Amino acid sequence: MPKSIDAPTNGVIVDLNKVSKYFADVPAVNGVSAQIREGEFFSLLGPSGCGKTTLLRMISGFEQPSSGSITIAGVPMEDVEANERPTNMVFQSYAIFPHLNVEENVAYGLKRLGLSKPEMLKQVNEVLKLVDLSGYNKRPAQTLSGGQRQRVALARALVLKPKVLLLDEPLSALDKKLREQMQIELRHLQRTVGITFILVTHDQEEALIMSDRIAVMLDGKIAQLASPQELYSRPVSKWVASFIGVMNFLQGDLFRDGGDKLSVDAGILGKISLNQEQIPVPVATGPVTIGIRPEMLTVLYDKNSTAEFELNAVIMESDYYGDMTYYTVKVEQSELVLIVSMRNTAGRTVLKEGDKARIGWGSESLVILAESTSSE
Amino acid sequence: MEKAPKYLQIFVVVYLVFLYAPALLLPVFAFNDSTIISFPLSNFTFDWFLGLRNESALHDALGNSLLVALSSAILSTCLGVLASRASARHEFFAKKSIISFLLLPLVLPEIIIAVSLLVVLSQMGFALSLWTVVLGHTLVCMPFSIAILTSAFNNMDQSLEEASFDLGETGWGTFRRVILPLVAPGIVSSLLITFTLSLDEFIIAFFLTGTGATLPVYIWGQLRFPNKLPNVMALGLLLLLFSLLLLSVGEYFRRRTKQMAGTDSFTGD
Repeated sequence: MPKSIDAPTNGVIVDLNKVSKYFADVPAVNGVSAQIREGEFFSLLGPSGCGKTTLLRMISGFEQPSSGSITIAGVPMEDVEANERPTNMVFQSYAIFPHLNVEENVAYGLKRLGLSKPEMLKQVNEVLKLVDLSGYNKRPAQTLSGGQRQRVALARALVLKPKVLLLDEPLSALDKKLREQMQIELRHLQRTVGITFILVTHDQEEALIMSDRIAVMLDGKIAQLASPQELYSRPVSKWVASFIGVMNFLQGDLFRDGGDKLSVDAGILGKISLNQEQIPVPVATGPVTIGIRPEMLTVLYDKNSTAEFELNAVIMESDYYGDMTYYTVKVEQSELVLIVSMRNTAGRTVLKEGDKARIGWGSESLVILAESTSSE
Repeated sequence: MEKAPKYLQIFVVVYLVFLYAPALLLPVFAFNDSTIISFPLSNFTFDWFLGLRNESALHDALGNSLLVALSSAILSTCLGVLASRASARHEFFAKKSIISFLLLPLVLPEIIIAVSLLVVLSQMGFALSLWTVVLGHTLVCMPFSIAILTSAFNNMDQSLEEASFDLGETGWGTFRRVILPLVAPGIVSSLLITFTLSLDEFIIAFFLTGTGATLPVYIWGQLRFPNKLPNVMALGLLLLLFSLLLLSVGEYFRRRTKQMAGTDSFTGD
C-alpha cells in the first residue's frame, strides 16, 4: 500500500523482557525481548512451532511465562489474569458464541460494564458499522459466513476498546481472495481505531503487507525484528532471507580492498565493492554467503541494453504466474544456477526452456548474509 | 452397499421378535376382558386401566418411584457434569483409571452392586429407606450421565471459553453464560435418560428399599395374585409408553448437543 504510515509514538505498550516458556522442559519461547510501540501494527511471523502463538497467548494471559516478564501499558502482568488484562483476542477459529446472535456476541463483554441498554446498543451499532456489518444485529451466529464471523470477532474485541488487540492467524481460514481483501481492511481498521495490533501469522506476504514492524521467529527466538522493507532488503541471516520471499545464494570471499572499504569476490560474477548498507550484520573477512533477490536480476531483452554486470545464461525452467515469470537460469561456463523474475509488461515475450538470455544486474543489489545467527 | 445374505436377514427378524414379542403381549392382554393371561382373547375392555385408579398401594409406589427417579436423575446428572467437565478439560493423575472406575457400574452385575451396598449400608447402621435406593440408583445412573455429558463437553470448542474469559468474564460467569447454554441439551438428555433408568430399575430397589416400595417392586409383589395380573399388564403398558416417550425426548436433546457443537464448519462468503 502506497499510503504513508503514521509514525508510531515512542511510547511502549507491550514490553517483553527475556520471556521464556517451557512445556515439559522443551522451550517453546526462549528468552524473547521486544518492545511493541503504542499504535503500531506488529506481526509475529514464523513457521509453525516457532513459538509465535505461545508468545501471543502469554501476552493475552492464557499462558504464564516460565521466566521473564511482560508489561502492558506500564503494568507488570505477572498477577493479572486474562480477564483483567487490557488486551482482547481474535481467535483463529473466531470462537463466535453459537447460541447468541451478532448483537449478543458483540455485547458479550459490554454486559459486565453496567451500561444502560441504549448506551450499549449505541456502542454495538458503532462497532458493527466500523466492521461493515450494520444491520446484522439479529443474525444468528450459525448463519454467518467465514468472513462475517471474522468481522463479528473483531467487533466483539474492539467494542471493549482494548489497549492491544491480539490476532491469532485470523485470516488462515479464509479463501485467498477474501484473505487478500481482509488484509487491506484490517490494516485500514487498525489505522482508523489507532489501537496496537499484534498479529500472529505464518504467511510472510501477509506480514509484509500489513505490518509496521515484524518479528521473525525461529525456534522460540526472534531471528530479526525490523520494518517490512528492512526485513526484505537487509535480512540478517540466510534463514530469514529464504523465509521472507525468494533469494539466490552464492558463495563469495569477503576482503578489504586497500582502505576501510570491503569488497567481495563472487567468482564468475566478478569482484564487487560494497557499501555499509549491504552488510546488515558485521561479518569477518573470508568466505561469506551473498544474497541477491530474483527481481534484482534482469533479462536483457534488447541487444543494445546494458547493465553494470552482465552474464550469459540458458533458461532451464520458466514459471509463468500471469503478472510475473520466474526463470531458473544456468550461467554459461559455470555451475551457477540463478532465479530471475521478470514482470510481463507489454510486448515482452515469455522465454522458453533452452532459450539463451543475457542477465544483467547492479553491484548494489547484493547483500552479505551471516551464515548462522543465534537462532540457528 | 452389498445386500446381506438371506440367513442373516432371517436371524435379525427372529432376534427382534424374540426381544420384543413379550413386550407386545402387554397391550394385548391389558385390553383383554379376562383374568387369565392366555389365548384365545375374550372381549375388549378398559377396566384394568380404570381399576388402577383405586389401588392406593400403587399410588404410593408411584409417588415413591417418582421421588426416587427425580432425586437420582438430578444427583447423577450433577455428578456427571462435574466428572465430564473434569475429564474433558483437565489433565490429572490417573485420569483414565479414575474415569474407568466411574463407568464400572455400567458393566457390573446389578445384583452384586445391590448386595454389596446392602451389606455396607447395614454395617454402617443406615436404615433402609427410599434414600438408600436413591443412593444405589445414583451409582448406576452416573455412568450414563458421564457418557452423555462427556461428549457434550468434548464437542464444545475450547476457544469459546477462552474468548469469554478474554472478554472480561469470570470463570463462573463463563460457565453460566457460555458453557451451560451449550451443554444444556446434554444435561436435559442426561436427566431424562437417568430418570427413566431409575424409574424402571428393580434389583437395587428390591434390595435397598425399606418400607415404601417403588413401582417395579410393587409390580413384583402383585405377581403373587393371579387375578391382579391384567392390572399389572395395564400398568406395565403405561410404564412402557412413558419410558419410550422420555427416552425419545432424551435422544432428541442428545442429538441437538451434537448439532450445536458443529459450528466450526462454514463456507466463505
